[in-house]
Amino acid sequence: MTLARHLAAALVIALVIAVLSVKLAPYRDYQLAEVAAYVVAVAGLTVLIGLSGQISIGNGAFMAIGAYASALLLLHLGWPIELVLAASAVVAALAGAIFGVAAARLRGPYLAGATLMLAVALPSVADQYTSVFGGDQGLGVTITTPAFLGASFPPTRWLAWLTCAVALIALVLLANLSRSRVGRSWRAVRDDEVAASLAGLNVARLQVLAFVVSAACAGLSGALLAVVSGIVAPGAYTLALSIALLTAAVVGGLGSLAGALWGSLVLVLVPSYLTNVAASHGLSGAASSSVPIAAYGVVLIVVMLVFPAGIQGGLRRLFGPAAPAAGGPFTALRRRGPASEHQEEGII
Amino acid sequence: MKRSRRVNLAAVAGIAATAMVVAACSSGGSSGSSSASSSATALTASAPGITATTITIGSHQPLTGVAAPGYDEIAPASTAYFDYVNAHGGIYGRKIIYKYLNDQYNPTITSTVVHQLVLQDNVYAIFNGLGTPTHLAVAPYLNTQKVPDVFVASGCECWNDTAKLPDTSGWQLDYVREGKILGNYIKQHFKGKKIGYFYQDDEFGQDGVKGLNYEIPKSQVVASESYNPAVTNVAPQVTALKAAGAQVVVSFSVPAFTALLKLTSLKLSFNPQLVVSDVGSDPITLAGLLASFAKNKTAGFGNSLTQGIITDGYLPSLGSTSNTWIQLFQKIHTQYIPKLPLDGNVAYGLAVGYTFVQAMFKAGRNPTRQDLVSAINSGLPQGVSVAPYAYSASNHDGITGAYMAVVKNGALVPAGPTLVTDTTPTGAVTSFTAAQPAAPASGIPSP
Repeated sequence: MTLARHLAAALVIALVIAVLSVKLAPYRDYQLAEVAAYVVAVAGLTVLIGLSGQISIGNGAFMAIGAYASALLLLHLGWPIELVLAASAVVAALAGAIFGVAAARLRGPYLAGATLMLAVALPSVADQYTSVFGGDQGLGVTITTPAFLGASFPPTRWLAWLTCAVALIALVLLANLSRSRVGRSWRAVRDDEVAASLAGLNVARLQVLAFVVSAACAGLSGALLAVVSGIVAPGAYTLALSIALLTAAVVGGLGSLAGALWGSLVLVLVPSYLTNVAASHGLSGAASSSVPIAAYGVVLIVVMLVFPAGIQGGLRRLFGPAAPAAGGPFTALRRRGPASEHQEEGII
Repeated sequence: MKRSRRVNLAAVAGIAATAMVVAACSSGGSSGSSSASSSATALTASAPGITATTITIGSHQPLTGVAAPGYDEIAPASTAYFDYVNAHGGIYGRKIIYKYLNDQYNPTITSTVVHQLVLQDNVYAIFNGLGTPTHLAVAPYLNTQKVPDVFVASGCECWNDTAKLPDTSGWQLDYVREGKILGNYIKQHFKGKKIGYFYQDDEFGQDGVKGLNYEIPKSQVVASESYNPAVTNVAPQVTALKAAGAQVVVSFSVPAFTALLKLTSLKLSFNPQLVVSDVGSDPITLAGLLASFAKNKTAGFGNSLTQGIITDGYLPSLGSTSNTWIQLFQKIHTQYIPKLPLDGNVAYGLAVGYTFVQAMFKAGRNPTRQDLVSAINSGLPQGVSVAPYAYSASNHDGITGAYMAVVKNGALVPAGPTLVTDTTPTGAVTSFTAAQPAAPASGIPSP
């Protein structure tokens, strides 16, 4: 029943995207593809933080793992793109499992610290093994538009279709997972670990599982982003990326997949919009390059002040059916906080 | 409850759709619709990004972030040159609009901003995109879209690939040639001395070392130490160079690491003769970095440390004030960008801007995109650089040579003639004796 509902919703969204991708200008298609690539990672992170109550500042590193996996598979084995994307998610999930088991004893800020280390350290692995990973200049990733679409089919529209399709599949899977027994167990663990474990839940295993799911999403997202940007290089997977993912998850609304979409839209559209505004007001030199970054910060602060539960939380409050939006975005960070009811509505 | 949730979802999809449409509308329509009048000499909208009155070109530059210091002066300097050209009649009457976007030296952002420039801002060409990893992200895309990708700001040999990247061309002296020219000088002037290498572990450093090895006998090289630009502690490398007894250290490094090499050597009381690639040796940038890293504000401190560094230059030395090109640079600098220091980066931006204007004049009155690439394929006359260009249909390398120089009192003092060479292991390094043509009196290349 849940599956059917999620599938129906996905179908509606797919139709909307299909129409949009034709109507929009090529550059907007490209941005759509970027949003779709990011939304997968942000959704994975929002599940990790919002549902299982663990925090990661290192999901950019899992994106790098997925991205390099996809580049290497395309380059050396020439696998079809669907297979490459699936494999990238698997590779990142494995990495997430290893790291998750190692970090299973860590809580709150300590877990965040460990993932932070991963985000900082991992990109330099590429610099150490230049012959495999291409060093600082990275590896090129090129995909071709399938022949049946015709030679004049805009490549950016194909990118948008591919990434949006993959993102939708990932979101449907996540939505189902969160409504399943596993999702309910995660919430139990998030709200009170001791109570959950007294109720017979294996807390450590559930936490590692959440970590694996989130890493798989990040890996898939990294592979999509590699396809969209055409290259995998260490300079793209810095700590700033991990923090951007976290920002998107929090601004969109933690624990909500729709929030992940809002967050990704903000991540992609706002900086580009602000840059254009700065440019069209004739700002020059240092100002024009710094103003958009500062303005982006201001936008984020304002959003958090106006919508403490993120954009989705705010929308729920404004338009939603009497759904309570208890607790700020950091509810998840409070151990044994009051059992928050705002997630029980389901992740969408 | 179930029903309401579905409504919720549909609402989200709907709002998301609206957001994209609103964003699409705000971007405005694409320009460049042809309003051609068919007179033979009239200026027409002959290509995307070209109208009867303007030529719009784009670039990606690191304006913030680690690569920004120094390099963020290049695009404003090119803009200054274009402003100068625009104020003096433009290119066949068209004004150049140069839109450069900040990619923070992050290849993902490079890809985003270049897609924006090509698809939304509808630029005629991408000009002087800066950086090897960043530009590698977009060069294949630009070539599939047939967008001219001219005068990339990186000395990687990868831009000279006329089979795979026919629309891409380099400009600055490539690192292999530079390595050969430096190596040739070392072979002649430091016979029998122990040589150590210090290089950035990427295309830049590796190409440089390749060129050095083509010239310097293997027996003389006692140590070869690379650094990772993300790790600012170079003590292990310097210790190894010292332990190997290197008397001459050749450095293919960016300015910050040249400064770190110098300061770390001082700390370890190791004082070899430094030979530094052009990229990492701009005396003004270097002096500033040395003073700030050492937290020493004494006037002349930086210059005292750069004294005696051997390097090379492919543009006229900023110290030679009688050179007509330097006079032109000074004039434009004073008029348009007086707040920036007149250093190697600004000279670079002005010079590459001049080269673009040269190529645009050659491309004709109403050029298509292919016309610009063809203009470069048929070769550009030597102008602002001390050595000729390599441009031909089968070669997209730019400047082919440089003069050796020594840093004295914060300026390059040329030592010897211009040397030219090719990128092959055996190609000789030869003197280029023809005098550099003087800058045109107008400061603008003639059509």
